[in-house]
Amino acid sequence: MSQNPAQSGPGPAAGPGALGPEAHVMVGNADKFINWCRRSSLWYLLFATACCGIELMQAGASRYDLDRFGAVFRATPRQSDLMIVAGTITHKMAERLVRLYEQMPEPKYVISMGSCANTGGPFYKDSYCVVKGVDLLVPVDVYVPGCPPRPEALIDGIIKLQKIIDKKKNFAAAKA
Amino acid sequence: MEPKEIFEAVKQTFGEAAVELQEEGFHPAFLVVSPEKVREIGRFLRDDPAMKFDSLMCLSGVDYPDRFAVAYHLHSLAIGHRIGVKAYLPKEAPSLPSVDDVWPAANFQEREAFDLFGIVFEGSWDLRRILLPEDWVGHPLRKDYKYPDSYHGIKV
Repeated sequence: MSQNPAQSGPGPAAGPGALGPEAHVMVGNADKFINWCRRSSLWYLLFATACCGIELMQAGASRYDLDRFGAVFRATPRQSDLMIVAGTITHKMAERLVRLYEQMPEPKYVISMGSCANTGGPFYKDSYCVVKGVDLLVPVDVYVPGCPPRPEALIDGIIKLQKIIDKKKNFAAAKA
Repeated sequence: MEPKEIFEAVKQTFGEAAVELQEEGFHPAFLVVSPEKVREIGRFLRDDPAMKFDSLMCLSGVDYPDRFAVAYHLHSLAIGHRIGVKAYLPKEAPSLPSVDDVWPAANFQEREAFDLFGIVFEGSWDLRRILLPEDWVGHPLRKDYKYPDSYHGIKV
């Protein structure tokens, strides 16, 4: 006969055993829990402007399956946590990129994917229209090298970002 | 039709406006025409039953050391022949009539030539920049183009 925790007798519960054997309690710190939530649901904004976008699609599709890291794509910045800048950013596109970034809710992260987004890549020299690195526009958390990077490289970048998120201290600001 | 015959037919109708035929090293051959007659010659090439150049495959601007040019590549789907038409323009304020009422496909390509070379197509129904932002200064595919230091505060 199993014991129901709701009928475990009158009076305040004393000690962890008082709730009965079916009640489960986990003790941990809030930072860890919040960071775990954040890194396990990295919804990324579809921001594919060049051939890196093809690798991004490939990484999201069934063979590489970004879903298993909790990363799924969103077509709107307002539901996104992560912007994967996959491709060449021109000066005309720069304004749109910044506007999309500003529309994303905090906390937000940026992965710069591929040479063009990192430094301008093949357009670094003698190009009047390409922004020489997306870090001139928005803060970048992880740079993924490659032209374009393979899906494995992008997944490695996402895991690196998850490790960065794991180290965040969410309550440090409240103390100061 | 052979390029020579096309050139002769254009010369018969427009006289001096057909300047020369460039055959050596060009495929297809280029009719060089005077820029102010481009629209009429285009209409003639499109409507003449022996020509029927109903498709403008490509319109491009060229920057030579001493002058600009606009090159039109024409193809006839009905007959299957093709020809190039070229008009030379001066370095200072290059402009010529638009052909977007002859071939509507010309519009985007004229806008591109306007955007990157600064060639003005008179009478076009929508001549705006197409690739660069609207407030961009200068025409980047010109050989004497000087890169700006920054655009909207971002280093170029």
